[in-house]
Amino acid sequence: MKDISYAAVMARRNEIMKQALGLDYGEFELGGLAFGYERMMERAGYSLEQVTSIQKQTNVGDTPLIELKNLTAAARALSEPGKGARIFIKDEAANPSGSFKDRRAAVSCFFAEHHGYKGVVAATSGNYGAAVASQANMRNLKSIIVQELFDSRGIGQPEILEKGRKCEAYGAEVLQLTVGPELFYTFLRVLEDTGFFNASLYTPFGIAGIETLGAEIVAQVQAREDRNPDAVIITNAGGGNLTGTARGLIKAGAPETKVIAASVDLSGLHMASDRDFNRKSFTTGHTGFGVPFTTWPDRADVPRNAARPLRYMDRYVTITQGEVFYITEALAALEGLERGPAGNTSLTAAFAIAREMEADQIVVVQETEYTGAGKHVTAQLTFARENGIEIRRGNPDDQVPGKNIIIPSDPSMIRPRDLPMTDLKVSYLKNAMKNRPAGSPEALTETEFAFLAEEIKEAPEALPTLLARARGC
Amino acid sequence: MRIAKGSWVQVEQVVMKPGERAPQVPEDTKAVPLMLWVKGTLLEEASVGDTVEVETAIGRRMTGKLVAENPPYIHGFGRPIPELLGVGAELRALLERGDRK
Repeated sequence: MKDISYAAVMARRNEIMKQALGLDYGEFELGGLAFGYERMMERAGYSLEQVTSIQKQTNVGDTPLIELKNLTAAARALSEPGKGARIFIKDEAANPSGSFKDRRAAVSCFFAEHHGYKGVVAATSGNYGAAVASQANMRNLKSIIVQELFDSRGIGQPEILEKGRKCEAYGAEVLQLTVGPELFYTFLRVLEDTGFFNASLYTPFGIAGIETLGAEIVAQVQAREDRNPDAVIITNAGGGNLTGTARGLIKAGAPETKVIAASVDLSGLHMASDRDFNRKSFTTGHTGFGVPFTTWPDRADVPRNAARPLRYMDRYVTITQGEVFYITEALAALEGLERGPAGNTSLTAAFAIAREMEADQIVVVQETEYTGAGKHVTAQLTFARENGIEIRRGNPDDQVPGKNIIIPSDPSMIRPRDLPMTDLKVSYLKNAMKNRPAGSPEALTETEFAFLAEEIKEAPEALPTLLARARGC
Repeated sequence: MRIAKGSWVQVEQVVMKPGERAPQVPEDTKAVPLMLWVKGTLLEEASVGDTVEVETAIGRRMTGKLVAENPPYIHGFGRPIPELLGVGAELRALLERGDRK
């Protein structure tokens, strides 16, 4: 009998993961902090052409690119003359299970099928669960989805209740847990019990799957406008959406396109707190995931995270919950598209950022997601009100996450709040130094130095100053 | 009330008791157990509160305390939100006024 205590299972995590991923991450290690990121992506992932073909097999991708003319006109009405970029949106809700997550699940399920796994497991409270269950069905695999859903009173976020229902509709086994990071323990036990594939969001397959999204944006904007987009705005949580899209933009010949991350500001709420759990109205796309994963990606359920957003990010902005609800309403009212709301985080940032840009520029919002019972402004705000959150019109700058949601009195109040990139990079370096393997020589090796510069998208010359700041000098 | 063998039911498990929670968990979460719920087909007739075995949607056997027979999906669309009702009309008015700056 195997010891199934928390400590024993956690101690076996590397062994369990190796079996459940079919990948030996050890071969990519370069000593100390460093590992061969591109080598891992090449060896373990698939080429853009392969991914496109894999996704075609299960009807994923090739989604419409829609120009939001009325929303652009509204942004221009609030802008200085000559300002107000054209806003386009990639209608990822058109994927089989209703979100861009099908792109990631498609590649994981392809890999699992071809390596003889009987089923796939994913730990997610988001759209990814439905994507895995849907793609698994097309490839005759079983699926298990592990969700964090309830607080200790047994009350669940309506958005996650809906995602659980959708997974059950696809015939998945859905394990629904109360709040806490020990979900990972349950996840490991399921992997060990079943021998299924870990369809993690953070493997090279999960990231390669999104590269097609970036490449399609370039191809579609090129076909219509004969040019590349000036900026692409991406909702940032675990960092995979940004990493994959940016890699796709580069592979498709648009390395100059600005890559902008956007997250909903949930500062002050603790992500592992039973009490705070139902005081937020966004279960993903928020700073509670976005900032920690950006500044230290290797906190994921794989030995080396393939989602490394600081390698690609040019700018990172936050917006408020109330602003996203406003823009979700605007998307329905002005454009006839009922989508989101969580997926409209990047759209909200785009509405504000377009006002800073020239009128002949193009900004692309790279996703929408399906909407439905539970996953809707009315459902989520009704739930917030029932949980004692104040909802009112006003200035979004007065928001306090977990206490109120402020719907802007006027759309001109919607604005991006920049997280300083240098601070994020310094914070990454601090975490990197803290996580350097014990017994490393005091000075960074040349390999480590080069690795860190790539990790934060800086020239090697800039690194010493940033490292000094990270060390508190 | 007895629930018949073969019924679609929900069972619960206590994964970790309050004293067993992971060290990094905040105090309010440490004070409560980590609970798990799953649905499956009941393998033997039983009553709510009994410890039972079920077969899940993918055929795995799991044990837990029987809590409900075929529980409904309770999430809906909630109520219209008065604070958002005016947004469409306000934006239409903005478009009709045209450039404001």
